[in-house]
Amino acid sequence: MKQKENYSLEHLSYLKKQRDKSILINVARILLLVVLLGVWELSAVFEWVNPFITSSPSRILKTITSLYKDGTLFYHISTTLSETLIGFFIAVALGYSIALLLWWSEIFRKISEPYFVVLNALPKIALGPLIIIWCGTGSNAIVFMTVLIGLIVAILNMLGGFMATDESKLLLLRSMGASKWQILIKLVVPSSLPTFISMLKINVGMAWIGSIMGEYIVSKAGIGYLIVYGGQVFKLDLVMSAVLILCILAAGMYALVALLEKLVVKNKN
Amino acid sequence: MKEVLRFENVSMRYHSKQGETVAVENLNFSVNEGEFTAIIGPSGCGKTTLLSLSAGLLTPTQGKIFSNGVSFGYMLQRDELFPWRTIEKNLFLPLEIKHTNTPEKRESALALAEKYGLSQFLKSYPSALSGGMRQRVALIRTLALNPDVLLLDEPFSALDYQTRLSVCNDVYKIIRQERKTALLITHDISEAISVADRIFVLSKRPATIIAEHSISFPEAEPLKRRENKEFSKWFEILWEELNK
Repeated sequence: MKQKENYSLEHLSYLKKQRDKSILINVARILLLVVLLGVWELSAVFEWVNPFITSSPSRILKTITSLYKDGTLFYHISTTLSETLIGFFIAVALGYSIALLLWWSEIFRKISEPYFVVLNALPKIALGPLIIIWCGTGSNAIVFMTVLIGLIVAILNMLGGFMATDESKLLLLRSMGASKWQILIKLVVPSSLPTFISMLKINVGMAWIGSIMGEYIVSKAGIGYLIVYGGQVFKLDLVMSAVLILCILAAGMYALVALLEKLVVKNKN
Repeated sequence: MKEVLRFENVSMRYHSKQGETVAVENLNFSVNEGEFTAIIGPSGCGKTTLLSLSAGLLTPTQGKIFSNGVSFGYMLQRDELFPWRTIEKNLFLPLEIKHTNTPEKRESALALAEKYGLSQFLKSYPSALSGGMRQRVALIRTLALNPDVLLLDEPFSALDYQTRLSVCNDVYKIIRQERKTALLITHDISEAISVADRIFVLSKRPATIIAEHSISFPEAEPLKRRENKEFSKWFEILWEELNK
């Protein structure tokens, strides 16, 4: 690539155009948010809508501040966050291991296939009452639900990634006399790294679904609890505040995985 | 001349629920030490099966394969370099597989790489290299284990024509310089003529050998051979036989 001072005028104007475009996009994004919040706030202030039902940005801010002041804000956040993270890591680790096992043994894979198909299709929330009876009404039940929702997705995604290993590369390793273990370590695991990252991304979403759904069914604390409680006592400010916090947390977790992807997949392909 | 590989009445059948396929039938041929042998056959005639049989990756359903203790190195259609490894790490891959990843072995692999002009790429990833360079890396990777016989499975077919001619020339020179025995399988008649000392012609599936030719040119190099008048004569002969 040429040095910057050697760029032609044409190229410099091209770069400038690209830069202007990305500035425009970022400004428009922020503007859109401001307009949406503004319209929302104004329609609440002038009572074009009933703020009791729709809440408003200022009310949300007030609710979050009061949650913060009575010390429960971070209690609820940490409850849900830890349930989500624990469930996420268990689902990913367990799913990865089971997928490895299935890759290793064709007969095991074939035997278990219909079970996975059924488990995948089953709406896990149907197991709600069972989970409460098995795991009690504490955080365990919610973690269990989170794992249940993420696990099958993790298994099926990773198995797909493992099975898609390039045939010619397998042949190459076999021609070198590689053992199955070597094929796994040298080829299957590294070549399925992009699948692993995309599985992580999917499972971030799954983990939040699991923990919030779990808290809907049974909970004494957490963001999902705030949403359900707020709905029951008709405190929609609380519901909206909880949803907003959830948005921020989920986006943050996704951003972390995206960052991981940048670090890991830099040189591949 | 010493034989390093001999097929005696070798047949290979594949079984699937849809039925069975006879990939190769009653194959008889041998490869001599130090020779460049080529086997040509129409597409899908079981060429890859034949190489896998030679390398011992498959066991024939009938017949016998003698390869008294020689070691094989396999070179595939595409370079199959691992994109997540640097060129250097790709070259060390066979050493890791064979548990011989010692400093001496690594040194000799690196010496080969340097000899054939790869030293500047050692820390690069394969994506930074041209198709021809990558195929050269693949050859050095194959040579890293110092095999007695190189099995070449249409190693140039994934390259564009220009690159293909020069890489073929390149690979030929390296193989000669390292005094390796080579068995090339291809459907490209001119490629076979340009490199081989001996050519076997395979029939359509089930593949069996229908002709054998010893080829000699005053010039050894593939590119020079292509300019020779004899070249087109051989081409005609083999073309006829392949399309019988």
